[in-house]
Amino acid sequence: MARIGVFICHCGTNIASVVDVEKVAESAKTMPGVVFATTYKYMCSEPGQAMIKESIEQYNLDRIVIGSCSPRMHELTFRKMLKGTKINPYMLEIANLREQCAWVHTDREKATEKAIGLVQMSVAKVANNKPLTTSTIPITKRALVIGGGIAGMQAALDIADCGFDVTIVEKEPSIGGHMVMLDKTFPTMDCSACISTPKMVECNAHPNITLKTSCEVEKVSGYVGNFEVTIKEKAKYVNHDLCTGCGLCQTKCPTKVTSEFDQGLSKRSAIYIPFAQAVPSKPVIDPSACLKLTKDKCGICEKVCPIGAIDYKDEVRYTTEEYGAIVIATGYELVDWASMYPEYGGGKYKDVITGLQFERLVNASGPTEGHIVRPSDGKEPKDVVIVKCVGSRDPKKGKSYCSRACCMYSAKHAHQILDKIPNSRVYIFYMDVRTPGKGYEEFYDNTRRDGAQYIRGRVSKIYKEGSKLIVRGEDSLIGKPVTVEADMVILATAMEPSPTVADVANKLGIVIDADRWVTEAHPKLRPVETQTNGIYLCGTCQGPKDIPDTVAQGSAAAAKVAALLCHDEMETSPMISYVDPNKCSGCGFCEGVCPYKAITMVEYAGRDGNRRVTKIVAQVNEGLCQGCGCCNAICRTGCIDLKGFTNDQILKEVDALCL
Amino acid sequence: MSVKKDNNWEPVILAFCCNWCTYTGADLAGLNRMKYPENVRVIRVPCSSRVNPQFIIRAFQKGADGVLVCGCHPGDCHYATGNYYTRRRFMLMKRLLEYNGIDPKRFQAKWISGSEAAKFRDTVIQVSAEIKALGPNTKFVGTYAPQTATEGGQE
Repeated sequence: MARIGVFICHCGTNIASVVDVEKVAESAKTMPGVVFATTYKYMCSEPGQAMIKESIEQYNLDRIVIGSCSPRMHELTFRKMLKGTKINPYMLEIANLREQCAWVHTDREKATEKAIGLVQMSVAKVANNKPLTTSTIPITKRALVIGGGIAGMQAALDIADCGFDVTIVEKEPSIGGHMVMLDKTFPTMDCSACISTPKMVECNAHPNITLKTSCEVEKVSGYVGNFEVTIKEKAKYVNHDLCTGCGLCQTKCPTKVTSEFDQGLSKRSAIYIPFAQAVPSKPVIDPSACLKLTKDKCGICEKVCPIGAIDYKDEVRYTTEEYGAIVIATGYELVDWASMYPEYGGGKYKDVITGLQFERLVNASGPTEGHIVRPSDGKEPKDVVIVKCVGSRDPKKGKSYCSRACCMYSAKHAHQILDKIPNSRVYIFYMDVRTPGKGYEEFYDNTRRDGAQYIRGRVSKIYKEGSKLIVRGEDSLIGKPVTVEADMVILATAMEPSPTVADVANKLGIVIDADRWVTEAHPKLRPVETQTNGIYLCGTCQGPKDIPDTVAQGSAAAAKVAALLCHDEMETSPMISYVDPNKCSGCGFCEGVCPYKAITMVEYAGRDGNRRVTKIVAQVNEGLCQGCGCCNAICRTGCIDLKGFTNDQILKEVDALCL
Repeated sequence: MSVKKDNNWEPVILAFCCNWCTYTGADLAGLNRMKYPENVRVIRVPCSSRVNPQFIIRAFQKGADGVLVCGCHPGDCHYATGNYYTRRRFMLMKRLLEYNGIDPKRFQAKWISGSEAAKFRDTVIQVSAEIKALGPNTKFVGTYAPQTATEGGQE
């Protein structure tokens, strides 16, 4: 028989002024299993805790109920207190007599009656509590960063600086991401490549960082501290151990295809280094373009390579490694505006370009060496229209969210055009101008002072007349339609998550929202953690953001990773699910509903009466289980239960409340 | 508690509240000193998806007049997807109970976030008033037989 002690707190006058605490304690004494009940002014105080400890000894209690404030307030305090006694810290229940009783009621009699009910419920539950012990799991002191853009690089560098090994997995042949494509960064106008390429070089040179370019995550298993990740390395057809990066192969390659890095504004060869500052600065062969690989012709690169690094027989390779923590930094792509906005030409006018294409045009290392010219005829545009919110803030055609960086980069584009092209005119169609950031509003003001014309309204149509693009829109401030004859149109297209994100999220077992952004564990208080322990996020995979915010988030994720990896082992909550394999029928329903992939079906050698039987049963991974209890409610045989919230405990609470 | 139908009759209403949203919201209602009827008693569960339909049946068997299941708003579940199961499970449960003659007002599922203290208060006030108007629940009452219960009849 349980020996329960009940301790009712006055909480000064917080509880005692509404609830007759003495009456509650007296009533508790009559409840089954209760051998001692008392009240005290402040249970959580030092003397209050000492009194509880003494009572445990004096009355030989084996479990306690404390009637006080919310368990969310002091459950941990009292568990900690029990650590110094003979009672297991989990042989404790708290009746919420303050937040959910004294503070919300005024009728003393009814409140006291409710308080007695709540104590009775806790007494019934605690009678069925079982001692629980936290277990520890070891931590592999290595981190994996998925994505080698500025977010991933920053996270990797910070983790590596803490002394932990980091692997960066990047699907492209070079790290760098989108930032290295950009020309200047707002609002300070410092050169994007000049500040991001040193980070790329640093990642390559850092003794704790391993770069895995042209690689993707194939499979993830395990749990916090102990992930096992299979990485797929695509065939590069160039032996990077031998290759010196001389670049002779790409100058001789006869096949030319559209350059991804230059956003379609230039050509690259089939064997290529994506851009001049690429890291690693070694070529790969594009198997869909290479004549040797597609038609078994050519083979020039193999002939010209002075050290024989070309390997047409290269194959996909898989490696499996262990990591303690994973950071997802898969970044963004621009929405496919051409399919969303046929009225803007749907991609058939060469001089209607995206902001990212403009970045390449205005970039000194871009296809035009920084000269702003029309892609159609190479002439310098005089009248440029910038259309904001293309695909963003437009739930009917595109996305409902604000793409956040566009207002600022559009202002920057306007500034650059007005600066570089004398007598040029820039018209910016906008819905709102949003410039929350340090120095952002000032930059926007300066752009207007430079002469950029802001027109508040949407563009309804873009069409061609001669060599001019006619932009028709509305100026909603004067309430009239406007028409602008432009030489070039720049669309501020919305960011959307990288197309790979759904696949990666699925493999990691993390959640993405309706727009495919990775969901953080808490939007305010846990912004760089995912719902799954040990998996963190940073950068634009979580939502549109600019470079300063991305870098800050990269460092934040790194701090979280370091805080995990600096321990040799970690304690796990004991309030998790467990399976009685003898009762389990192996239906597998629980496996399907578990949000953490914590349940697997395994073979179990059990007994049926006197017979030995082998059957399939559910098994809970203690490292993965977060204790939600979803599996408990779906279990048909009731064989899976949640420690600390067992079926039995909750049913006893129900019974106690209904009596 | 008395089960007489008179003017002083108070219903017994059980509210299963998830630890992360509704229980927090209920605590916040206290912090803001909001007032609501005494007849609702909260049972804390980690997630609304922890609530086994059996708990609800048991509550009615034992004489509860109303049961509430409250969790995070869909999309906001602390455990990512738990409340989606809650939603599906109890949509079905509601119909089953209705089929068995229990007024749908006696069993309600609500989404109340940790910041929606006022919604918690309003829900409690509303449900309490609705069930008071319905009078005591008689369906299932007294049908509980310990031997057939899944916990092995440890009464």
